[in-house]
Amino acid sequence: MNTGAATIADRSNGAAGRPHGENYLNCASGWRSWLFTLDHKRIGVMYLAAILFSFFLGGIFALLVRTELISPGHTIMDADSYNRAFTLHGAIMTFLFIIPGIPAALGNFVLPLLLGAKDVALPRLNLASFHIYAIGAVMAVAAILLGGVDTGWTFYTPYSTTTSGQVVMVTLAVFVLGFSSIFTGINFIVTIHKMRPAGMGWFRMPLMLWALYATAIIQVLATPVLAITVLLLVAERVLGIGVFDPALGGDPVLFQHFFWFYSHPAVYIMILPAMGVISELISTHSRKTIFGYRAIAYSSIAIAVFSFLVWGHHMFVSGQSPLATVIFSALTFSVSIPSAVKVFNWLATMYKGAIKLETPMVYALSFIFLFGIGGLTGLFLATLATDVHLHDSYFVVAHFHYTMMGGVVIAFLAGIFHWWPKMFGRLFSQKWGNIGAVLVFAGFNLTFFSQFVMGSKGMPRRYYSYPPEFEIYHQLSTYGSYLLAVGLFVAAGVLLHSLLAGRRAPANPWGGATLEWQAASPPSHHNFDGPVILTDPYDYSGLVWDAAAQGFVRTAHEEVVR
Amino acid sequence: MDNAAHRLTGLLPAVCFPFLAQLPDTFWMPSQASTTAREVDVVFYLIYWISVVFFALIVGLMTWFVVRYRRRRPHDAAQPAPAHSTSLEITWTAIPVIVSVLLFVVGFKSYMNMVTPPRGAYEIAVTGQKWNWLFTYPNGHISNELHVPVDRPVLLTMTSEDVIHSLWIPAFRVKMDVVPGRYNRTWFEAHTPGTFPLLCTEYCGVGHADMLTTVTVHPSGRFETWLEAASNLFDTLPPAEAGALLARRLGCVACHSVDGAGGIGPSFVDLYGSTVTTRDGKQLVADENYIRRSIVDPMAELVAGYDPVMPTYAGRIKDQEITGIIAYLKSLSRHAGGDAELETAAPAEPGVPTEVR
Repeated sequence: MNTGAATIADRSNGAAGRPHGENYLNCASGWRSWLFTLDHKRIGVMYLAAILFSFFLGGIFALLVRTELISPGHTIMDADSYNRAFTLHGAIMTFLFIIPGIPAALGNFVLPLLLGAKDVALPRLNLASFHIYAIGAVMAVAAILLGGVDTGWTFYTPYSTTTSGQVVMVTLAVFVLGFSSIFTGINFIVTIHKMRPAGMGWFRMPLMLWALYATAIIQVLATPVLAITVLLLVAERVLGIGVFDPALGGDPVLFQHFFWFYSHPAVYIMILPAMGVISELISTHSRKTIFGYRAIAYSSIAIAVFSFLVWGHHMFVSGQSPLATVIFSALTFSVSIPSAVKVFNWLATMYKGAIKLETPMVYALSFIFLFGIGGLTGLFLATLATDVHLHDSYFVVAHFHYTMMGGVVIAFLAGIFHWWPKMFGRLFSQKWGNIGAVLVFAGFNLTFFSQFVMGSKGMPRRYYSYPPEFEIYHQLSTYGSYLLAVGLFVAAGVLLHSLLAGRRAPANPWGGATLEWQAASPPSHHNFDGPVILTDPYDYSGLVWDAAAQGFVRTAHEEVVR
Repeated sequence: MDNAAHRLTGLLPAVCFPFLAQLPDTFWMPSQASTTAREVDVVFYLIYWISVVFFALIVGLMTWFVVRYRRRRPHDAAQPAPAHSTSLEITWTAIPVIVSVLLFVVGFKSYMNMVTPPRGAYEIAVTGQKWNWLFTYPNGHISNELHVPVDRPVLLTMTSEDVIHSLWIPAFRVKMDVVPGRYNRTWFEAHTPGTFPLLCTEYCGVGHADMLTTVTVHPSGRFETWLEAASNLFDTLPPAEAGALLARRLGCVACHSVDGAGGIGPSFVDLYGSTVTTRDGKQLVADENYIRRSIVDPMAELVAGYDPVMPTYAGRIKDQEITGIIAYLKSLSRHAGGDAELETAAPAEPGVPTEVR
């Protein structure tokens, strides 16, 4: 028994024991070894770099928008430039950053590791997904350089079919990016079905896998509708085929149905993996078994199913029939229930835990706070009477930023900090990591809470200028966005410093019980150097703190898989 | 509270303190100025307090757990606790279900009121276009600001000339998209006189933020006065143009063509100053007095060859308006002023006013 434990402990710290410290990062060199790699980890890292660049680009446009709005009228740009800036902010953040964010960057890296597998089931499709993403991103950037678009990221017709600008280029970029998303989804579904190790039944999977699986289903089923919609838009614009423009015999509201049939499920493409990340983090950093595993797993599937039935809640005042509106309102409430269940389960997981405020956990707690506000303010918008007043106001802007940024982006950051030692084999400064997290939290609330107030008081969204009574809220929001930017730069600085001068990470710095922590930090090209020991993903009893390794090691195991 | 007393209290601030005409707004909401606003705000604050309770519960528990169960030493483990609890999980699924059903029902009831205009509502047609609003009243008057009577349901029938717009009156809590190629409706009953913002809230391009105007709620009895005064075109337009507008609005041009074509009545082109033959064989010059008589008593000197179908406009048209129409007819006629030079100098109907929408 003792010998066995020692062996496992040695293997857990395998990075140090391996000759030359060879790992997936240094096992091959040259740009071809990256650009044409079939290794899911390298593809994940390339996705991460590309996605963070998109986040930076979208963030620049966000700051331009906020700066313009610091006072009414012309501040730094004219109305046309402002319209282009908020359109690009929305389009870049949605299609290039948040949708691929967690699944393609973090998911690619951790999904095979969570399964104890060597790679995804379809490595070439995985690489194709990244290449297609790169092509889509280049098309989007080209469209920006050629003058951009001013339609808003929603491309509503007939505005989008009649305005000037690079509408065709940008929508085709969205079309291309969609395939990248579909390929990732197919890959994850196949991998989870076919590559679970013997002994890992569906209900012994880490919840991150349930979340990624539910996400993948939406990606595969919903994205083609967006592809068709943007092609119809391009056909109308280029060939004059009347589908949406009433001047050509089309119906502009039809576009909204098509668009939201994808784009509402897309919201869950964003939030479901974020919830998966939070499930892993809360449990690991509390060192306590996740509470209500089955409820969390089922709620992910429930959210994926309901997500297809609620698109009409974006159109309560579009002129769709009151009957449809009422039905969509009722269905929309159904989504709130599995989301609420998850939050209660996370809280119950922390009860009697051993909670340590490591940076990933600080972000996870920040997520619960912000997603709580984002979720609860959704009730105002699902309720018909109040939505009529709040629709298309800053209240809606604040609501979806609380869910999309306060939820998804914060969970994405939590996940990056959580898996960073595994990805790059380096620890980061907890102190500065936490300072960054607190700055992001404070800046975020200052930016977006004031938007709830001005929205319900009558400030419409996408306004270049505004009546003077809204100035104070806009100023708070703009100063908040600067603080938020500072927080994000601190977070980036912490990670850069870790890459350049961070201490070497042990295999298991947080005491995680999922399989990726059995691999070295960073893992070797083949992920696992020895047999993977299948354990309960949320049983922390066998993991003890090893002061010498500055990490956790396993003292007992249940069964050997291979 | 009976209706009259209600109206009186509603009016009181406006009458006594015009600058206080609007009820004060709150931290979350602009002033309430319609019956819908009250209903919506009740729902809003119901959801608000439910949310506050849930949020306080979530964040309170989270904070308490973080403090109470913090890991003091690196090897501290969690205390034993159940990994699930069927009764607890059923409870915290059932409570959100009950809250959701409650909110849905409450929101649904108010919404049905909001989409069901009462019978006999005062109807105003709304046209949205880049980047202004046109409000057309039942008498044909068109304004760029909306004016409505207090305490009377108003139905807006809306369409767009170009892209999608959306009409929002925050103080009334009403909003509806204005879509090209279809008519969307919304209604409200304003209960507080005053002036409130009305704006576009569906992105429509460079001028989106300029597409804001006002809605003025007139105190009891004043709306009609306003409409009459505002409809008086002669303050703003030359008589001939005002007459052209009236000729369209009153329906004259449906029978009397303005391009010389035949119709139910004689064409307006070259009518003024011409010689007409009445049904009883009299020859008359169609001068100012003839036109005036034809408007107020059309049957007296009906032109031969036309059916006696024209209704009288006596009592429906004011002298000033008749003068405007005469000016318009002069502008359409080469006999105007009896000046022969006009015939050669202006063959293509000089002075025909541009079509006013």
